[in-house]
Amino acid sequence: MLDVSVLIGNWDRYMTGFGNTLAISVLALIGSFVIGTLFAVLRIAPNRLLNIIGAAYVEFVRNIPLILIVFLFYNGLPALHLNLNGFVAGTLGLTVYTSAFIAEAIRAGILSVPQGQTEAARSAGLTYVQTMRHIILPQAMRIVIPPLGNQFLNLIKNSSVLGVIAGLDLMYYGDLINLDTFKTFSVYIFVGMFYLILTIPMSFAVNALERRMARSG
Amino acid sequence: MRKMYRNKWFLSGMILMLAAFAVAGCGGREAGNENQSGTGKAASTVETAKERGKLVIGVKFDTNLFGLKDPASGEVKGFDIDIAKAIATKLLGDESKLELKEVTSKTRIPMLQNGDIDAIIATMTVTEERKQQVDFTEVYFNAGQSLLVKKGSPIRSIDDVKKGVKVVAVKGSTSTKNVREKAPDAEVLEFENYQDAFTALKSGKGEVLTTDNSILFGMMKQDPNFEMVGGNFTDEPYGIAVRKGDTEFASFINNLLKEMKENGEYDKLYEQWMGEKPSK
Amino acid sequence: MDFIGAYSSDNVLYMLEGFLVTIGVACIAIILSFLVACLLAVVRYARIPVLSQCTAVLVEIIRNLPLLLIIFFVFFALPQVGLKMSVFAAAIVALTIFEAAMVSEIIRAGLMSIDKGQIEAARSSGLSFIQTLRFVTMPQALRRMIPPMVSQFIALLKDTSLTVIIALPELMHNVQIVNGQSVNYIIPTYLFAALLYFIVNYALSMFARRLELRG
Repeated sequence: MLDVSVLIGNWDRYMTGFGNTLAISVLALIGSFVIGTLFAVLRIAPNRLLNIIGAAYVEFVRNIPLILIVFLFYNGLPALHLNLNGFVAGTLGLTVYTSAFIAEAIRAGILSVPQGQTEAARSAGLTYVQTMRHIILPQAMRIVIPPLGNQFLNLIKNSSVLGVIAGLDLMYYGDLINLDTFKTFSVYIFVGMFYLILTIPMSFAVNALERRMARSG
Repeated sequence: MRKMYRNKWFLSGMILMLAAFAVAGCGGREAGNENQSGTGKAASTVETAKERGKLVIGVKFDTNLFGLKDPASGEVKGFDIDIAKAIATKLLGDESKLELKEVTSKTRIPMLQNGDIDAIIATMTVTEERKQQVDFTEVYFNAGQSLLVKKGSPIRSIDDVKKGVKVVAVKGSTSTKNVREKAPDAEVLEFENYQDAFTALKSGKGEVLTTDNSILFGMMKQDPNFEMVGGNFTDEPYGIAVRKGDTEFASFINNLLKEMKENGEYDKLYEQWMGEKPSK
Repeated sequence: MDFIGAYSSDNVLYMLEGFLVTIGVACIAIILSFLVACLLAVVRYARIPVLSQCTAVLVEIIRNLPLLLIIFFVFFALPQVGLKMSVFAAAIVALTIFEAAMVSEIIRAGLMSIDKGQIEAARSSGLSFIQTLRFVTMPQALRRMIPPMVSQFIALLKDTSLTVIIALPELMHNVQIVNGQSVNYIIPTYLFAALLYFIVNYALSMFARRLELRG
């Protein structure tokens, strides 16, 4: 039933797709971590307007489908004279989508650091930004690592959406191989295996981390 | 403790048995399907459609002139649609007994094989590879692959499609394969359907869109900022696909097509959609 | 730039029609996946030999695959081994497979969260394993599961948009058809769709949050 010649005959395309999927996921993770941290800090900053901006961004983005964001970046932006290829538009879309979830994870992490520490740091003369940067965020990050791992896992899976906008990822190449060979069953089984190679170890690592955190915390 | 274990083994056995039944059930249904769609004494669509009082045809919803959905009226319109209506009228005596289902180049063959639709009339080129999976009627439309570019583009023919040029095409279409052969150095970007592909060309994701001239002609009519260049570089004869072994339905359609060509009905439809008489 | 045409009453109605399909498919899929997930979760919770391990592996594999791949697989690959489905059925089956794996983890977590003492008490007062599950553990666990289930439903509503690739006439699909009318419609229609998703999902998430606070 499983035709290995599909894998051997199209090894190069599978590998290109696999590499691109990994690259897309890593780039989007870095991007969404930066944007997510920014919005998490906005949400808890001592300024009502900033709070609202942060909350609006997070709530809006995480309540709409990823494919819509990706289409907007890919098909919509050219109307504003910004024309991006599938790879770039898709990675940006993924970044924006994931950043909302990461912002929530980081916010939870920050809130878990006892309030007293902020007060102590502030009364010792540190500014708000300094307190955040040197006292609160480093502690929050430790708590944030498992949920961050989870988001990375989702990112790898979600990156398959790029296949729909010619994003040159694993899903896109899988599709092309399928249309050349007509051996749909085998082609997609192998695509699935490549995703699992990335996601299963990640999933185990996240679980182990969560367990260790639960024990130490 | 012991009792609990026995309980669990019992439960396990029950569930395994259920699963076995479910699989057997699926297997049985599958065998039933084989009878319908396999070769040999397949149930003919001519019979089943009459029994159901309904004919289901797979058409494009996003291809101007052949099958385009108009949200305003909710109707799908085009040359392929009118052919489908003619078949329904001839078979069931009433075009309202026709049900149109949307297909894309990628989904149409699986949908026909699934029994989701009875025939495909969807700008589908007859090829040897596809003949392995479906049966075709006689050719009902002669198209050829061509190029669509923004007006004023330096690309004038397939010879200008060189390294560095991005070509937009549709997944699962013959044009994708052809352009890879004729312009091996160009980068080909493939999309799910013609709508997505044309949107990609309009927003500048590629310099040229390639598919059948008939479809490009429809796009050009939708948006006059684009033009067809370079003439045809392949022949794309369109056929109507039916399930493998559904020969009675295929010959029914062939007879109808012949009849329509003889009584001028075909030429009338052709001219209505293409704006010119078919070349003989 | 002419973009008002995107919001003509015909277009808006057509897009809303698509949203109804989205909601309908999501509702059917969440009910089915809840039923399947209950079975999966109980098999694992009860540690039924062999089956429990098989379920664990299966759930882990499905959870770690992209939904898009599962949709492709159900619609394009399964027919090759004899399992044939319509577009509508394939969409529901694919969503159910994926969500059931997710939901079974929610249910299992719910079951595990019930105090062991209660179970022991129920067992020692003569209830069988299944009776304990049915009358003691499940009712309490279900109550705790409601907020994560609502969140999962929100995810499912969003995920349904992926069935656009097999041309299910849901919201994203109808938006793309309207887009075909003019390039100027692309941004307005996407924003309209985003607003629809946002309103429904945000309302649901508020509801989930309130339940969580009360629970």
